[in-house]
Amino acid sequence: MTKLGFYPGCSLEGTAREYNESVMSLATLFDIQLEQVPDWNCCGATAAHNLNKILSLSLPARILAQAEKAGMKEIIVPCAACYSRLSVTQHELFENSELKKQVEEVMDMTLSSPIRILNVVQFIQEFILPHLSEKIVKPFDKEVACYYGCLLVRPHDILQFDRLEDPQTIDRIMEQLGAKPIDWPFKTECCGAGLSVSRTDLVAKLSGKIVKEATERGAKAIITACPMCHANLDMRRSAINSYLAKKYDVPVLYITQAIGMACGLNNKQTGIYRHLVKVNN
Amino acid sequence: MNNELDIHIGVNPARCYQCGKCSAGCPLADDMDFTSNVVMRMLQSEDESLDKELLQSQAIWLCASCEMCISRCPMEIDIPKIMDYLRQQSIAKGLQNKSANKNIISFHHSFLDMIRFTGRSYEIGMIADYKLRSRKLLQDLTLAPKMFLKGKLPLFPEMVKDRKNIKRIFKHIDT
Amino acid sequence: MARIGVFICHCGENISATVDCAKVSELAAGLPGVVYSTDYKYMCSDPGQSKIKEAIREHNLTGVVVSACSPRMHEPTFRKACAEAGLNPYLCEMANIREHCSWVHEKGDATTQKAFDLTRTLVEKVKNNHPLESIKVPVNKTAIVIGGGVAGIQASLDIANGGHQVILVEKQPSIGGHMSQLSETFPTLDCSQCILTPRMVEVAQHPNITLYTCSEIESMDGFIGNFNVKIRKKAKSVNEKLCTGCGLCTTKCPTKNIPSEFEQGLANRTAIYVPFPQAVPNKPVIDRANCRYFLTGKCKVCQKLCPTGAIDFEQEDEIIDVKAGAIVLATGFEIKNTDFFPEYGYGKYKDVINGLQFERLASASGPTQGAIRRPSDGKTPEKVVFIACAGSRDPAKGIPYCSKICCMYTAKHAMLYKHKVHEGTPYVFYMDIRAAGKNYDEFTRRAIEEDGAKYIRGRVSNIYEKDGKLIVRGADTLLGGKPVEIDADMVVLATAAVSCDGSESLAQKLHVSYDPYKFFAEAHPKLKPVETNTAGIYLAGACQAPKDIPESVAAASGAAAKVICLFSNDELTREPIVAKVNRMPPPIFSTCMGCEMCISICPYQAIDKENITNRNGEVIKTIAKINPGLCQGCGTCVAFCKSKSIDLEGYSNKQVYEEVLALLNN
Repeated sequence: MTKLGFYPGCSLEGTAREYNESVMSLATLFDIQLEQVPDWNCCGATAAHNLNKILSLSLPARILAQAEKAGMKEIIVPCAACYSRLSVTQHELFENSELKKQVEEVMDMTLSSPIRILNVVQFIQEFILPHLSEKIVKPFDKEVACYYGCLLVRPHDILQFDRLEDPQTIDRIMEQLGAKPIDWPFKTECCGAGLSVSRTDLVAKLSGKIVKEATERGAKAIITACPMCHANLDMRRSAINSYLAKKYDVPVLYITQAIGMACGLNNKQTGIYRHLVKVNN
Repeated sequence: MNNELDIHIGVNPARCYQCGKCSAGCPLADDMDFTSNVVMRMLQSEDESLDKELLQSQAIWLCASCEMCISRCPMEIDIPKIMDYLRQQSIAKGLQNKSANKNIISFHHSFLDMIRFTGRSYEIGMIADYKLRSRKLLQDLTLAPKMFLKGKLPLFPEMVKDRKNIKRIFKHIDT
Repeated sequence: MARIGVFICHCGENISATVDCAKVSELAAGLPGVVYSTDYKYMCSDPGQSKIKEAIREHNLTGVVVSACSPRMHEPTFRKACAEAGLNPYLCEMANIREHCSWVHEKGDATTQKAFDLTRTLVEKVKNNHPLESIKVPVNKTAIVIGGGVAGIQASLDIANGGHQVILVEKQPSIGGHMSQLSETFPTLDCSQCILTPRMVEVAQHPNITLYTCSEIESMDGFIGNFNVKIRKKAKSVNEKLCTGCGLCTTKCPTKNIPSEFEQGLANRTAIYVPFPQAVPNKPVIDRANCRYFLTGKCKVCQKLCPTGAIDFEQEDEIIDVKAGAIVLATGFEIKNTDFFPEYGYGKYKDVINGLQFERLASASGPTQGAIRRPSDGKTPEKVVFIACAGSRDPAKGIPYCSKICCMYTAKHAMLYKHKVHEGTPYVFYMDIRAAGKNYDEFTRRAIEEDGAKYIRGRVSNIYEKDGKLIVRGADTLLGGKPVEIDADMVVLATAAVSCDGSESLAQKLHVSYDPYKFFAEAHPKLKPVETNTAGIYLAGACQAPKDIPESVAAASGAAAKVICLFSNDELTREPIVAKVNRMPPPIFSTCMGCEMCISICPYQAIDKENITNRNGEVIKTIAKINPGLCQGCGTCVAFCKSKSIDLEGYSNKQVYEEVLALLNN
């Protein structure tokens, strides 16, 4: 059994519960043990880096320090926002020893060396993909729009994941499941991110463009890897539909749910019943 | 502020040659009072009144940190970092945009207060706090019950055990 | 007994502001062997030089030290003055008390002391100088021009018309370069081919020009006036002497779907092909990478059809040895292709094309006979977006420089499009309009004012395809960065001009320096724009930096003038700073042991073996011999020689030791 460090982040305990459920179900199916970072805290998200630089570094740094203390060499971070905050923090601190010292003092913990921070796509590529074909029981035979959002690929010089424009990794994984990824231009357009609650009107506009474009190009599902994107495209669908004055019912799936469905996991295991936009099996 | 940026975050606004590629790709440019290339121009001007206008602008709060601007900027200017700095300065100098203060900034405060006390974000508590701050008591009145039914809004917060440590982190930034 | 004269220059105030020149002169007068010492405001001036000449005559000087500026500046001046007074010029040395002293130190005693110390070391050196004679080498009056674009053509014709032989080497099957691909030229809109093809024909017919196409430089050695160059003439698989250029082979070749380089992939060609109808030479070549016979061993259709039996599948690359006195580099430039731009679709959108492709679309001889039709479906585009600075002025993409030609050709493209599609709308996204040149700004204004090109000041963020349109997302920075979205039918990227693939290895073969972007470097950006740092090798056209046609032609004529100037001498004079193997009376002959180490390490192949024979012609010793014509005086052999048998004339071990000792024995 493969044992890996795991940082779920707050969303996966709340609004993105089904993401967590599908990640855990996949891990069980592929014989992987995901071990949570002990006593983890929130990464600070958008609010922290908007309001305070040191806070925005200290909160992720504490998570990294906790992981290091638990002897984890790598951590799987399914939330794209947390993945971005953790990666950027680790990069900035190990680039700037003075800043690192300052942050270490603030949190009263130390960081000795960088650890591997893997997003969900990297996790799938490395630990699931090699054994995927033997587990597929029900090919995901549909046109899909793979939606990467901002935080998986940007800032590219730090994350170094996939290619910056028109990324391909999720498309390739979906192809393995039997899906037909559409060629579309909004893979990395912003959904409105953290403005979900405070400026729902803007999120409806930005996410609306994405939902509309995916639908018009024939996608039967949107595949995502970020709880924020999912929340804006799924939970905010009624706001989107009233903004667009049209009913769009294309479902939004986490990539882990899509894999789970193809591997024959039930709705409880994938958590698709928790979506506001209904998913038909 | 032009000089401060170089010292504090190592970004030199003079590098901007006003090509506008940032504004062209910015998903929120249409809704901003100053688009990103205008923000850069205002900084370049080293004019105190323009600095103040900038810190009072809504644009700096609408920026969703999607990083599209820097990813396509031919001069590799870290505009998202500049935006973070401007927001922090805006708060420090008490120049927050009035309209943004009611929603976006209030939400950030609600979010951080929640972490301050529990170490993690906890939607129900946070939304309640935000509603009080923003006085938008009726917002999402229909969404919340749906989410609750789907099991997406836990009633009780998950808390970090070592809350002392979280407090220590926040204490540092409060001073 | 040495009789040295010392001359301290004030260089106006350049030296005297921080160095007490009179004091240096006074101290120098006390040095052993110094019989005369003086200081003067401008030693390089006429009266200053006269002072040196008079002193040589009056005091019978055996050596002169001038303490002044850098020898790079005035060594020839002072050596000439000495020669005029009857003193061997190599008995004159300069101490650099300006760059090495007065300019870099504060005023004070220590600075004056340093100026004196520098002077003193040269006094000790010059005591050990001995008269040298400059070396004469013959000049081979043949020039090699590398690259057959407009610059190479111009340089070749100018040199050939000057009465000298020219060997023109072109990589492609035809000369003509990028200019032959252009439709019309700015700012006059005259037809590019109409003005170029007569020149191409002139090259082919010129009695003084030998043309090698499909050819590249294999290697080069030698030096100014005496270069030895090996040219690799690639197998064309067609015997040029037998081929009449009837073209039957090209019409019958079964492989017809190879994207034509000349048409920038907008049309196809056959495997045996002539790149374009006006090609020079107008004889086909076989592209072996795509030829059915070379791929499968079967076909030979062309061979069966050829009425003169010119097809030769067995032909091999040929190495041609040529000798030349000068080389002109005119290898030109390339442009980045559309696949260089991730945000503009990685080259996957057929209707996003580059500037050269637009030239072919607009050209009367192009794939559409000059009708503007978009590549994907052949429709006439109603809205065309032109994007200037695509990749240029873009440090993030590794190209920080301005490509210089795009502003003008983009205005021209917008104009040509409007002239051909009257109801169409050209949009131009630009950052600045750089139209500095005769009638250039007027030209761009015409595009805007008369032809209605809609100029939008801003860079395009991205392009995507939707419902047969290309959605171009830009911003208008003159309207506060307002986002602008245009649903275009075709997009033309004015992609960055870059150095040619292979220019780095060519530069290394020719020992020519190049800049970080692999453009060849000029010897001086202002005063030696067509010369390289290697004497005898000159630059013409866009291989040095992006240039338009008039500039390329001007540079080519400039380079040709330099070559003709060089060829006006039968002999060249070279500094006698060369290495020499010591010789002694028998039975030693030389301390050289004949280990041949120097032969293997000499970068200029200037060292050979020399057999010393007795009266009966029997070899009694083999030693090294240095060819003073080839030696560049680099000193590598001196450092390597185990038996210390080699010395550098003018910088002998003895001279350098004495300089160092003078400093140590303070």
